[in-house]
Amino acid sequence: MTTISLKVNEKKQLVDVEPRTLLVDLLREHLRLTGTHVGCDTSQCGACTVWVDGKSVKSCTMLAVEANGASVTTIEGLSAVAGMAEKAGLHPMQAAFHTCHGLQCGFCTPGMVMRAAELIQRNPNPSEDEVRHGLEGNLCRCTGYHNIVKAVLTAAETVRGGAQ
Amino acid sequence: MRNFEFHRPQTLTDAVALLQGNDAAKLLAGGQSLLPVMKLDLAQPSDLVSLAGIPGLREIRSEGNELVIGALVTHDEVASSPEVRNRIPGLASLAGGIGDAQIRNRGTIGGSLAHADPAADYPAAVLALGATIVTDRRSIAADDYFTGLFQTALAPDEIITAVRFPVPERSAYAKFPHPASKYAVVGVMVARTAGGVRVAVTGAGSKVFRLTALENSLSSNFAWRAASAVEVPAGDLRTGGEASPEYLAHLVQVMAKRAIQACQ
Amino acid sequence: MSGQGSEGLGVSVARKEDKRFLLGKGRYTDDLTLPNQSYAVFVRSPHANANIRSIDASQALAAPGVLAVLTGADVAADDLGGIPCGWTITNKDGSKMVAPPHPALALGKARHAGDPVAMVIAETRAQAKDAVQLVEVDYEPLPGVAHLNAAVADGAPQVWDEAPGNVCFDWHLGDAAATEAEFAKADRVVSIDLTNNRIAANAIEPRAANGHYEDFEDRYTLYTTSQNPHLTRLLLGAFTLKVPEHRLRVVAPDVGGGFGSKIFHYAEELLVLWASKKVNRPVKWTSDRSEAFLSDAHGRDHVSHAELALTNDGKFRGLRVRTLANMGAYLSTFAPAIPTYLHATLLSGPYVIPAIYAEVKAIFTNTVPVDAVRGAGRPEATYLLERLVDKAARELGIDRVEIRRKNLIQPDQFPYQTPVALQYDVGDYPATLDMALQANEPEKFAERKAESEKRGKLRGFGISTYIEACGIAPSALVGALGAGAGLYEAATVRVHPTGSVTVFTGTHSHGQGHETTFAQLVNEKLGIPVENVEIVHGDTDRIPFGMGTYGSRSAAVGGSAIYKAIDKIIDKSKKIAAHLLEASVADIELVDGKFRVAGTDREKTFGEIAFTAYVPHNYPIETVEPGLEDSAFYDPKNFTFPGGCHIVEVEVDPETGVVEVVDVAIADDVGVIINPMIVDGQAHGGLAQGIGQALLEECVYDADGQLLSGSYMSYTMPRAADLPSFKVGNHVTACTHNPTGIKGVGEVGAIGVPPAVINAIIDALTPLGVTHIDMPATPEKVWRAIQAAQGGAA
Repeated sequence: MTTISLKVNEKKQLVDVEPRTLLVDLLREHLRLTGTHVGCDTSQCGACTVWVDGKSVKSCTMLAVEANGASVTTIEGLSAVAGMAEKAGLHPMQAAFHTCHGLQCGFCTPGMVMRAAELIQRNPNPSEDEVRHGLEGNLCRCTGYHNIVKAVLTAAETVRGGAQ
Repeated sequence: MRNFEFHRPQTLTDAVALLQGNDAAKLLAGGQSLLPVMKLDLAQPSDLVSLAGIPGLREIRSEGNELVIGALVTHDEVASSPEVRNRIPGLASLAGGIGDAQIRNRGTIGGSLAHADPAADYPAAVLALGATIVTDRRSIAADDYFTGLFQTALAPDEIITAVRFPVPERSAYAKFPHPASKYAVVGVMVARTAGGVRVAVTGAGSKVFRLTALENSLSSNFAWRAASAVEVPAGDLRTGGEASPEYLAHLVQVMAKRAIQACQ
Repeated sequence: MSGQGSEGLGVSVARKEDKRFLLGKGRYTDDLTLPNQSYAVFVRSPHANANIRSIDASQALAAPGVLAVLTGADVAADDLGGIPCGWTITNKDGSKMVAPPHPALALGKARHAGDPVAMVIAETRAQAKDAVQLVEVDYEPLPGVAHLNAAVADGAPQVWDEAPGNVCFDWHLGDAAATEAEFAKADRVVSIDLTNNRIAANAIEPRAANGHYEDFEDRYTLYTTSQNPHLTRLLLGAFTLKVPEHRLRVVAPDVGGGFGSKIFHYAEELLVLWASKKVNRPVKWTSDRSEAFLSDAHGRDHVSHAELALTNDGKFRGLRVRTLANMGAYLSTFAPAIPTYLHATLLSGPYVIPAIYAEVKAIFTNTVPVDAVRGAGRPEATYLLERLVDKAARELGIDRVEIRRKNLIQPDQFPYQTPVALQYDVGDYPATLDMALQANEPEKFAERKAESEKRGKLRGFGISTYIEACGIAPSALVGALGAGAGLYEAATVRVHPTGSVTVFTGTHSHGQGHETTFAQLVNEKLGIPVENVEIVHGDTDRIPFGMGTYGSRSAAVGGSAIYKAIDKIIDKSKKIAAHLLEASVADIELVDGKFRVAGTDREKTFGEIAFTAYVPHNYPIETVEPGLEDSAFYDPKNFTFPGGCHIVEVEVDPETGVVEVVDVAIADDVGVIINPMIVDGQAHGGLAQGIGQALLEECVYDADGQLLSGSYMSYTMPRAADLPSFKVGNHVTACTHNPTGIKGVGEVGAIGVPPAVINAIIDALTPLGVTHIDMPATPEKVWRAIQAAQGGAA
């Protein structure tokens, strides 16, 4: 066991983990942050996407010990960490997923939202094509992506509007 | 995943010491190639030596006619670096097409080259651009670096610290990605330099390889039509995969053509 | 608005369930960790067919944290029942199909790669995984068989001794003689041979099950990723665990998509409950994705030969179909019904075809069991028919739209009795055809094609007009056809004293949005705001009964049960209102959610009625019981028949064979629509799966039964960049035989679109001489088809 220290959703955590513990297992099993999901074992589906030091990563493909000293943001902390909580504690991306019906079963949603929120942070005015390619690390089986793409474009517009 | 000892040395010397005499130890950079195979128990190292604590491996800088990229620079950093985009746009574009956004945020150039996956993208750039792999102890020319399937010229305890890319006149990468894995079924990198043209193919074989006949033809006349004359030696092509050798050979021609066109 | 409230039918109410999912507060099966939790991991056969000589668990038992290692012998010793098949098919000759045993853990023989052989239970999942490597199984590998044509060949390895030639059943439907007569006098006969590729449902949440036996109550609780918890409880109670229902609770909490693969009762559900009693701890199993490819039921996998008899002017006269359907190594819960009653019965499509004869042989192979995946049988029928119709149009030189228009059942022909058992109640196929064409703008196709050509791409137009049957189905009918269960649905409507409502439904929502749409049904009938309506699903302790969610049945059948229960509430409310308003019951009407004496302004709000029902001080106590709660079971009178038209345009890169879907315009008739936003979303998801099947997805087995596409590295799931945005339209004809008018929307996309994609590819490549391509149309397959047509070496 190794003791690591990290910030998760702005809260300092000291946790004992095995070296082989994946970041996603640290979040789900040790910290009981079960909003981050696991949908595959080959780093394809993106359901486990969280932010490490502000960048979206697949938490199933990172060791917990690699996050020692890092700041991790999960879906549970997104709106607060981004300082953009608007109605009902939702980040604009979460709000857009709601209004555009960008989610059905909800399982891919946390990873999808985390990646999409990073996408519009880095590219505030993406084209539909850039959104579609920007989400290539996230699989959804319910929506056909149609309303997810619409939600990401809508959220980008909201954020741009707010920034002006 | 099997358990292992985790180490996070602060210097290259300490890292090398941890590797020495322990064949079952492995280096960990971004982990985007290694951790997936460890999760499937296809690699079972006794020790993982993380490079994350070692300073000086994350820089991108120009040195004369060379662009030097530190081993721990991520694919995303290469893709979005103004310096790379300005001086070797073909390399930035290649890096921006590796895996997906999340993988590009973690995966590193050094890690990719040490892993030497036959379907990885970076080997094509390194070989076509005639780059030099810089390690803790020496420099290795790209032509000498890739020795076989997942095999390189690195000694077991040798650590890549940077890659030096001579800046070409033009370069471009054309990739036919596997629809599921996003690895290259075939990727062709073409580089025009003052000294001639180099063409490297990844994905199609057990390791990245050059198309010397095409290089010669392009060096005398840089025309995309030359690509249709490319004959890939059957022995260089992968067999037993999803794509047949005939289709691979055909894709090499098509991707070479597209890369040449993008270089014109 | 004819309803009682403003959030009823036709309103795109934003989903009530979204917030918990968006904030990471969903509660999926694997999220739940019970006190004293232990973890199970399975040892699965690496061989497609092998005798199990012995299992040595001694090393595994000695490993850190291991609590137990259980094998098929332990299952047999405890007399657990085999995993049952819920549908029995009768052969042509009147005998019954072969239904081999399906032990929960393989006993003596493993019959497909992934067949569970032993179960390791440990303190942590990692320890259980470590110990799995230490279980030594001595296998004697045997030749296996995976592919249909190989499995029916002489000398093929036999999956089951009791199924000679690997035939599970040999079944037929329709009038062979009448069909023969039509063919004899037909001007033309067009035939086609095609395969329908094996796919995996691939809900992004892998299956999971957490079993908890509590000895102080002698009661079992199962948390599981199920589309129908009551059916799972029924099968556990009656067949596998053999514990009466009152000592069994099955909870399907939030479930991350199903698409068919979570309908069935799986061995793992039984085993975690059984093991929980053995180790006296809760036992949780969560599938890895690669494990899911080897243990979730797959879908499709047909090989068919079909012939269409026509007149010279393109009128359909007769259809003959011979299909081989892969069942895998064991019969999954509904497996035999899929290629028969959900496939052959749909072969008339939306067309008038005077005579049809279909023969279906189901075949055992050394592969994962095959059962329902989104569409289940109907995509196979639609694909076959729509490919054949396109081929006929080409061979007869008739326009592909016109040949369809010429043969569509006309709106005045309903109810329409097909030659393959179904009676369609209502539809307007010309209307959906026109609507889809209008969205596609075929008159500008030539322009678009020319523009594509400038970029070196070949553009093709593909169309499919389709019908499906859902809302399964009248219990007496399915019983006569071999089903082991009734297929009604149940609902309880509980009005609380202050007028809010809880609805208990036997359907299960795993993405469909029932928590919103069913609340809208209550708003439609009672006018109660959606936010004051709670929908409860997925817990056998809370919900009286139900048959679950699959086959697009929840709104059509489950919604009808809710309507029926609400009608009882309204009847009782009227009695209470009549008493309070001193009027006769016959004079009470429900207007805008209030009970009013007709022709007056004297009224009582629903809240007042509810309160009175629970505080019955001034109350017709002699004739009306206090309280306001009622239940209903609704048994459908017929299937419902959604249909429509799907149009696809593709661009083919002739150099690489890459196909890109560049335009999708569809018009569906799914009956009355509750929530247009959610209905469109269901269509989008179905389209993505249908396009996935057509272009990307396939469970590839080698000849011996090794799965080559066992992860997302090799099985291609559609990504955002693989798809365009979709143009979705709806034309409504209301279902005539259920109280809601709803037909169902969950599967239309997956059913209608695959043939439109392939027809579009063939259209694009017709100038190059390509006449046929099988799904999935992967780049290499397309490239090879082009090479072959051009006389190339490939």
